[in-house]
Amino acid sequence: MKIAFTATGEGWDALIDPRFGRTDYILIYDEEKDELVSIDNREIMDVAHGAGPKTAQKIHELDPQVLITGNGPGGNAASILKQMQLKIYIKASGMSVRDAYRSFKNNELILGG
Amino acid sequence: MRLAIASGKGGTGKTTLAVNLAIKAKEKQSCLLVDLDVEEPNGGIFVQGDLVAEHEARRAIPDWDAAACTLCGKCPSWCLYNALIKLGDTILVMPNLCHSCYACSEMCPASALAMKPDSLGTITHRRFEGLDFVESRLEIGLEQASPLISQSLAYIDEHLEKHDLQILDSPPGTACAMVSAVKQADFVILISEPTPFGLHDLKLAVQTVRELGIPFGAVINRDGIGNDEIYGYLKEEKIPLLAKIPHQRRIAELYSQGAMLYKEIAEIDEALEDILSYIGRLR
Repeated sequence: MKIAFTATGEGWDALIDPRFGRTDYILIYDEEKDELVSIDNREIMDVAHGAGPKTAQKIHELDPQVLITGNGPGGNAASILKQMQLKIYIKASGMSVRDAYRSFKNNELILGG
Repeated sequence: MRLAIASGKGGTGKTTLAVNLAIKAKEKQSCLLVDLDVEEPNGGIFVQGDLVAEHEARRAIPDWDAAACTLCGKCPSWCLYNALIKLGDTILVMPNLCHSCYACSEMCPASALAMKPDSLGTITHRRFEGLDFVESRLEIGLEQASPLISQSLAYIDEHLEKHDLQILDSPPGTACAMVSAVKQADFVILISEPTPFGLHDLKLAVQTVRELGIPFGAVINRDGIGNDEIYGYLKEEKIPLLAKIPHQRRIAELYSQGAMLYKEIAEIDEALEDILSYIGRLR
C-alpha cells in the first residue's frame, strides 16, 4: 500500500503540514518497497488560485491509497480526490510523519474528506 | 455623479450611510442606490419598495466534450486559476475557480471546451418612494462577486435613466470585489471607525483608491470610541474628512429597528448634509 503525507519537510521526522493544497512537501511511503519518497511542492507558494486542485492533481498522479493530512482538503481539491479510491485521514497536524504512520497503523487517526 | 461608499474594514457603516444618504438625497434630486455587496446585500432590509424588474445574471463556464477531446493536456496550463485539471483521461472543470475568460475555450485545438451558460445571481430593480434601488445578489455558494458587480453596473447603464446621484454600496475589504465596485465611481467615500483595526484597514483602502486614481474622502463612524490616531492620519495624508458620526446607543437601537437614522438623530442629519454639499461642490 502507498500512503501519502502532507509534510513541512522531508523524512520520517518531518511534521505533518496542516495545509493540503499549500503543503510544502508530499511524502509517499511505499509499504511493499519500504521506501519513503519526498516530493517538493513549494512551487505552490507562487500559485495564487487553485492550489488545492493542483496539489490534488499531484496526489492523483502519485496514486496512493491513503492520504494523511491536517485540516483536510477544501471543496475543489475534494472534488478531484473523489475520483480516486483514496482514504483521507485528517487532524494529524503536529505529529511527525513517523508518529502519524504509527497512529494510522493503530487505527487512531480520524477518517475525513 | 457616481459615488461609491466603501471601507477596508467590514461593519463600519457602509450600508447605513448609503441607505440614509440615498433616502435623504432623493428629497432634492433623482437618486439611485445600488447594493453591490453581492455576497450579503442588506440594503433591502431598509429599502423595500415595488418591484420594477428582475434580471437573471449569467456567466459562462467551459463544458468538456469527452468525445471531441484529444487529451493533449494543454488547457490546464492556460488556466491562470487552475480551474481545469487533467486527471488521466478526464478533464475536470472546477466552476468555482473559473473566471469566464474563455481562454481554454478559444484555444482548445479540438474545440472540446464550449462555453455554456451557468447561473451567477440576480439583479433586482425596485422603486421606493421615488428612489430607484438596485440590489445585486450572488447565487449562494458562488465566489465570483466581481463579474456580477460588473454586470450590475452595465445593467444600470443600459436599463436605467441617468440619475443626478448614483450611490454604490460596495463590498467590504480591498480585494477584487471592492475594486470592481469602486473603479467606475467619480468619487469614493471611505467609511471607517477610530480604532486601530479601523485605521489599519482604512490605510489599505486609501492605497487601493489612490492606485485606481479616484478622488476620495473619509467619513468616521462611531466617533468617541478608540482613539484619535485616525484623525491624525487623515490630516497627515491630507484626506478630506467629510463627516463624523457619533457613537450613540440610540443609533444602534434605531438601526436594529430598520429606521432611517437621519430623521431621528440630528448629528446624522448634519453629517449627511455636509456630505451632500461636499459632493455637490464636486460637480
